[in-house]
Amino acid sequence: MSGTSIHRNLLIKLLMGAVAMFAFAIFVLPPLYDLFCEVTGIGGKTGGAYAASEITIDTSRKVEVQFVATNNATMPWDFYPMEHKVFVHPGESREITFFARNKTGRDMVAQAIPNVLPNNAADYFHKTECFCFNNQPLAAGEQAELAVVFVLDPDLPVSVNTVTLSYTLFDITDRVPMQVSQIQ
Amino acid sequence: MAHGPSQNFFSRWLFSTNHKDIGTLYLWFSFAMFLLGGFFAMVIRAELFQPGMQLIKPEFFVQMTTMHGLVMVFGAIMPAFVGLANWMIPMMIGAPDMALPRMNNLSFWILPFAFAILTSTLFMEGGGPNFGWTFYAPLSTTYAPDTVNYFIFGIHIMGASSIMGSINIIATVMNMRAPGMTYMKMPMFVWTWLITAFLLVAVMPVLAGAVTMMLMDINFGTSFFDAAGGGDPVLFQHVFWFFGHPEVYIIILPAFGVVSQIIPTFSRKPLFGYSSMVYATASIAFLSFIVWAHHMFTVGMPIAGELYFMYATMLIAVPTGVKVFNWITTMYKGALTFETPMLFSIAFVILFTFGGFTGMMLSIAAADIQYHDTYFVVAHFHYVMVAGAVFSGTAAVYYWLPKWCGKMYDETMGKVQFWIAFIAFNITFMPQHFLGLAGMPRRYSDYGLQFADWNMVSSIGAFLYGGAQLLFLYNVIRTIGWGKPISDPQVWEGAQGLEWTLPTPAPFHTFSTPPVIK
Repeated sequence: MSGTSIHRNLLIKLLMGAVAMFAFAIFVLPPLYDLFCEVTGIGGKTGGAYAASEITIDTSRKVEVQFVATNNATMPWDFYPMEHKVFVHPGESREITFFARNKTGRDMVAQAIPNVLPNNAADYFHKTECFCFNNQPLAAGEQAELAVVFVLDPDLPVSVNTVTLSYTLFDITDRVPMQVSQIQ
Repeated sequence: MAHGPSQNFFSRWLFSTNHKDIGTLYLWFSFAMFLLGGFFAMVIRAELFQPGMQLIKPEFFVQMTTMHGLVMVFGAIMPAFVGLANWMIPMMIGAPDMALPRMNNLSFWILPFAFAILTSTLFMEGGGPNFGWTFYAPLSTTYAPDTVNYFIFGIHIMGASSIMGSINIIATVMNMRAPGMTYMKMPMFVWTWLITAFLLVAVMPVLAGAVTMMLMDINFGTSFFDAAGGGDPVLFQHVFWFFGHPEVYIIILPAFGVVSQIIPTFSRKPLFGYSSMVYATASIAFLSFIVWAHHMFTVGMPIAGELYFMYATMLIAVPTGVKVFNWITTMYKGALTFETPMLFSIAFVILFTFGGFTGMMLSIAAADIQYHDTYFVVAHFHYVMVAGAVFSGTAAVYYWLPKWCGKMYDETMGKVQFWIAFIAFNITFMPQHFLGLAGMPRRYSDYGLQFADWNMVSSIGAFLYGGAQLLFLYNVIRTIGWGKPISDPQVWEGAQGLEWTLPTPAPFHTFSTPPVIK
């Protein structure tokens, strides 16, 4: 093989390696990260809609569930839980509501992102219904009560006596212009 | 067949495919960037000379800290070592030139444009990048100035340049060694650069991926790092440090190679434990991929993650300890002389080890929560970056400059520069350990009055250190222009290796016929 072609072969291999690493960073690392957080439950991300099944209510335990609502950055809405804490038995289904009001003069769309603490409770916090599964369009001045139905898994580690469910409300009006026109 | 460089200044330097000319271009460019990044550092230290705001606005201060980091890492240190690689690797392995000379020209000439783009943002509306050299999202996405797109484009170009440069080095080392030059006979500098080049090919694309995801989040409505759309800002830190931790070894491994050439020369002994040096370098490179989250102990990792990253990080001390042991053992019972390159190399060993120890302190997850983002971290990485990479780069220039230009530098001036640099460096950065342990956070333009004294000391040291660099520049220019001509191929009495068998000054074309290594 001539000098030029052995260099070219190596060049092509190394360039392919570099392109593969670029693709790895963009297409593999983010899903891998999400998967890792989902499997380990770290990051406090809760799962999607939970199909209610016959589970026995464990009346021997009572767990305190606290609710926190936060507005991200410049989000101007009023947003707070109607109840700040409830006591539930594991296995018992409970509905609570959050209040939201778009006090601005323009139509907006919001998205609530949930987080559960402590981290080892996230896997056991099931939501059968949640406003966070969809985005929330509110016209100017409109208000709404947003419902969450949750059930704590009876397998919740015994060390967990208090669970905090927090929602951060993000303004996503610019991302979904379609929704605003739909509510009018 | 041997013909010299083009006589036309522009065609010689713009169209050059000669490894020596391109090496020279890299070295001068990196020195220019070193002065620019140093100027930014002077602005930072001048503002921090006293508490309160005196000279600049806080918004400009954070642009200075960001630009200082970016210019020093990507503009000064990395191109300096690529320049040394260009000059020395073909001469050390008996090759006539680099394997891919035209790509070599391209990889250099896109760099000035990258830094012109990056630096020009300082003069634009909204100012330059102000989110720290680590550019964590969402600071660098949601809250970034509009000029962030120039920054992203600049990083892309620098990455392309680094990848091309390292592919060239790999191809040269793997394909162009002289007959008989087996891998385990290669000089340490060639070995460390070969491993560094593989690290670069592996992680520069990850950096490109990180800035591309930023670009898409900012301009195209994706949500890689935006929690509102289901993304996660912590993901940015993982991707960044997956690049960033190997990056710190990319900076330091060639420096290890340089001192592994210089210390045996002035000890008049072969390098102690050559093969253990090679394996230690490879181990460090491997470990660099599995420790990244030790930069992120405060993001809320589970305890198992903190423990893993803590122990894996501590493991790096083992191969690093092997290297330090070997350098010291090389000097042990050697016939030592203390020319300027040797002084810088010994200072490198001492101060780098010191920086390594503070690194061990930082690797303790429980303690790191106290040290995180304080001046202790700043002091730690300046001990390894400045006393490590910059000292070794300076040593390399003094060591090989007589071979390059056939003239001897002024030894007295070199030694004066060394002692000013050594003392001033410690005056600058030693107090920053105390400031950090006392709780002074990094990247702020102002500080509490209790930090005033040590900050003033640190600033005085910084100005002195900056002055030493001007002396360095003067000494180099003086050597090239009016240095005492020498013609001894050996230059240094104890020097070993193929580059010292070539005439002094090194001719434009060398090893057109490969030497035979026995």
